[in-house]
Amino acid sequence: MKLQKATELALYAILEFAANPSAQVSAAEIAEKYGVSPHHLAKVLRELGRAGLVESTRGVGGGYRFAGNAKRLTLLDVIELFETLGPDPAALAAGTPGERALARVASEIDEIAKATFRSITIDTMLKLVERERRQAAPAPAPAAG
Amino acid sequence: MSAHPPATAEVAIRPVEAADLDGVIALDAAITGIAKPDYWYELFHRYGTRGRQQRFFLVAVAEGAVVGYILGEVRDWEFGQPPCGWVFGIGVRPDGRLAGVGARLLAAILAGFRRAGVTKVRTLTSRENNLVLSFFRSQGMMAAPFIPLELDLA
Repeated sequence: MKLQKATELALYAILEFAANPSAQVSAAEIAEKYGVSPHHLAKVLRELGRAGLVESTRGVGGGYRFAGNAKRLTLLDVIELFETLGPDPAALAAGTPGERALARVASEIDEIAKATFRSITIDTMLKLVERERRQAAPAPAPAAG
Repeated sequence: MSAHPPATAEVAIRPVEAADLDGVIALDAAITGIAKPDYWYELFHRYGTRGRQQRFFLVAVAEGAVVGYILGEVRDWEFGQPPCGWVFGIGVRPDGRLAGVGARLLAAILAGFRRAGVTKVRTLTSRENNLVLSFFRSQGMMAAPFIPLELDLA
């Protein structure tokens, strides 16, 4: 399962905003952090804005702010703004028996991926991000003596 | 006893008692739409009676009314896997959700599993059951290295 670049970027941006819900985060900051062009990011943020998930303010100190409900918004909600996941009904119904059988097995994987993305809220995702941060942090130095 | 304690009522988590069963049956029926008293009496007999070391049937009670339940057991050496805790049922009254009752029920059964000496807990639920799936995810559970399988028996 590989998400499209724009989808991944949207998820990263949502996580950045949702981690600091009261702060205004600049698009330039996110573009630099994830090594993407501001133009590409702007398109993604426009889509998130249209969906009501982020709000923007202009001017000095302006930026973006999370406008969703982190305990309700799931990864799938964000993903489906950018791409369609799940089995291809046409592939399941057409082609040779071999093609249809392979499409059926592939659809099992798609359904699991979809259920997984649907079961993880942004709030849960922020906990996973924090867990990754703690695991990456160097262990404290042993006490002297 | 109040059938509908206020959401702010103090919630106690404890092992189920026979007097709780009607409340559990009603709660399950409200959640699933199917009343199954025989099933619950059988579970009470197998999991709820005293002296069980590896089986757990806990309830959340507020002002005398059952507002949640959880069931689980320690499963030993299934397909060669070391013993683990297994949660096979959880329910919280719909109007009492997001108040931490489910998290407290899970924490209580996890404490029981730890006392029983296991270090891993697992569960299995339908991928359509997003309410329960997202709850377990919110509590830190991740996908297990297993693939569930089924077969239609014609």
